[in-house]
Amino acid sequence: MSLTPTYLPVIPRLKRDSMIQVVKKGVRIDGRKLDEYRRISIELNPIPKAEGSATVKLGNTMVMAGVKIELGEPYRDRPKEGVLQVHAEFVPLASPGFEPGPPDENAIETARVIDRCIREPKAVSLDKLVIIPGRRVWIVFNDIYLLDYDGNVVDAGMLASMAALHIARLPRITGIEGDNVVVDKGCRSEPLPLNTSVVTVSIAKIGGYLLVDPVLEEEVVADAKITIGIDRDERIVGIQKTGMSGFTLGELDEVVELAIRKSRELFSVLEKVLKEANTSK
Amino acid sequence: MSKIHVANRQIVRPGDLLAEGEDVKGGDYTYRVGDRVYASVLGLASVDNGVVSIIPLEGSPLPREGDIVIGLVTGVGITNWVVDIRAPYKAILNASEALESFNPITDDLRKYIDVGDYIIAKIIVFDRTRNPMLTVKGKGLGKITEGIVIDIKPSRVPRVIGKKKTMLNVLIETTGCSIVVGQNGRVWIRCPNKQLEDIVVRAIHKIEEEAHIPGLTDRVKKFIEEEKKRAGL
Amino acid sequence: MSSEKPVLIREDGLRHDGRKPDQLRPIRMEVGVLSNADGSAIVEYGGTKVIVAVYGPREVHPKHLTLPDRALIRCRYHMAPFSTIDRKSPVPSRREIELSKVIREALEATIFTELYPRTTIDVFIEVLQADGGTRTAGLTAASLAVADAGIPMRDLVAAVAVGKVDGVLVLDIDEVEDEFGEADMPIAMMPSLNQVVLLQLNGVLSRDEFKKAIELARKGIDEIYRLEKEALTKKYLKYPETV
Repeated sequence: MSLTPTYLPVIPRLKRDSMIQVVKKGVRIDGRKLDEYRRISIELNPIPKAEGSATVKLGNTMVMAGVKIELGEPYRDRPKEGVLQVHAEFVPLASPGFEPGPPDENAIETARVIDRCIREPKAVSLDKLVIIPGRRVWIVFNDIYLLDYDGNVVDAGMLASMAALHIARLPRITGIEGDNVVVDKGCRSEPLPLNTSVVTVSIAKIGGYLLVDPVLEEEVVADAKITIGIDRDERIVGIQKTGMSGFTLGELDEVVELAIRKSRELFSVLEKVLKEANTSK
Repeated sequence: MSKIHVANRQIVRPGDLLAEGEDVKGGDYTYRVGDRVYASVLGLASVDNGVVSIIPLEGSPLPREGDIVIGLVTGVGITNWVVDIRAPYKAILNASEALESFNPITDDLRKYIDVGDYIIAKIIVFDRTRNPMLTVKGKGLGKITEGIVIDIKPSRVPRVIGKKKTMLNVLIETTGCSIVVGQNGRVWIRCPNKQLEDIVVRAIHKIEEEAHIPGLTDRVKKFIEEEKKRAGL
Repeated sequence: MSSEKPVLIREDGLRHDGRKPDQLRPIRMEVGVLSNADGSAIVEYGGTKVIVAVYGPREVHPKHLTLPDRALIRCRYHMAPFSTIDRKSPVPSRREIELSKVIREALEATIFTELYPRTTIDVFIEVLQADGGTRTAGLTAASLAVADAGIPMRDLVAAVAVGKVDGVLVLDIDEVEDEFGEADMPIAMMPSLNQVVLLQLNGVLSRDEFKKAIELARKGIDEIYRLEKEALTKKYLKYPETV
């Protein structure tokens, strides 16, 4: 059951008013332009025990993605495909407002949006993760851990997931006897097969203006928010509108244009970090 | 320049455009976006002197101070009763608004009014910060001890009463029954005999069904006369 | 369980069930179907059958869960165990949790919640039979149920899912088209106000396809909106309307 949120942080009225005032002048309370991302930093492989991992800092928002690859059975109706599962946890240490407990609707929504954006364009080549068709495949777990909450978890989570998936390596198979696959978890073999990269661009609407990469206070004040997933070929691979107000059809056109434009920046940040990691080997 | 798009007594639905223009005014159950006035509920449009409002066909209006209501007591505390008045908020009847003198230590409120009793009450206070407060001190107010109480759609109450009480008077005069219509959609009826009571109840349900069709008062009068004849009254 | 992809667009250009790409399934709507609820509605989009009950505005306990200046909305989207081919466990799935949220947010955009401080408006959506488009039928039914309850709202909400199957954009996808198609885009609007209150995309569309999909959706939404208005006034039009 979904409930209207009752525990939102109180944004001082003065701040709320000035947010709307400065937006009219093309600037935000932290000095950014309306279509500007906060400073992005990506750290690769912070958790060597995981098959792949990455930490992304988007301003103060910090998200860690850990990829674990395990042996398992395929879904009954997809015997020739590996399995991808995306989960997210908004752990209590990330924000004074978070309570311990199972993932709430926000964490679940975030996980499912990121999942769809990875799955639909087949970013991970699930068909290349089959060991014994119908019996044994690789299961890729992508767990997204929110560590510090200052808005726009989706974009940070997507970047962290993508980075982690890019550097993830499959465990080494040391032997196959009939149905029995023996794996040496301490050893890594080839990289996780990927087809494409995906980023998401989230945009909040305040007072009729569109703001890219909303900070927590902007998210609370915003009338509505929308996340667009874009892949390397500039196709739209996911959309999720959230928030308690609407977008006009005209605003949707603008949002898509904006998302495609900003996706180029995000890809270039991601690719720069991945390239540097490769060359430093 | 203003334009009204609906006729008086036309059925409208949420989101229907009622009127456009800066000088047209929107009344009850309408809202404005820029210079356009829209309906916010399913109901009948009422166009009067450049003001467009809606008479709802469903739902119950919020209680107002001064309303006479028929409440059902659902809880008793030490110094008050909790009363269901068919509104989003439960109403409170304090002991001081029902009894002359009351000592919470020795008196048990249940002796006077108990859970399950109906009361005819007036709303004395209701604002955004608290629940409606009732009183039963006053002429015609108090615990109901005889007759029956029926529930009708609160949106039909104005029709059951009628402009200048015409409909209510028809019901009372043609049957000799005592009738009190609560603003909250409950009606108390006390009749000389069971057959008349039955006729009144059916007449009221007829009003509920046909509230949106003109000429109702005459139809109801005719209905009661015919039913009385059939019952040999 | 078949995983063989059926032909979704036949050689004559019609869909697997004979519909044209821009054709809705047969739609049935009825309001005021439950005696206990303050407002209720049943909506069917082809084989998808949804029933919604609205209770409220009413007080809720415990009091600390209320908001001082507006009504809370509690929305539950739930699928009956017998609604799908394989029995669905009654335990709320992650999908049901997500859909409860996006449907609630769409209703928040239309209901005048500030008129009823410290109360809750409960919206219970039960999918009785699922054949694609359950959240769109559910949201449409929910808005009808809210109107039936007499709760003031800005506009009725009309919702439909546009899909892409075998490369063709189609309106009001059913379960087969959803499972084997390339994209599924549920969208809901307050048509009078030109506001999109629910929008998701599960699949891949080019920028151009997205534009066309929105146009196609608009056609479906206009028709569904018209049907909603008819459903609300149906019982009052048993008798002639006055002018």
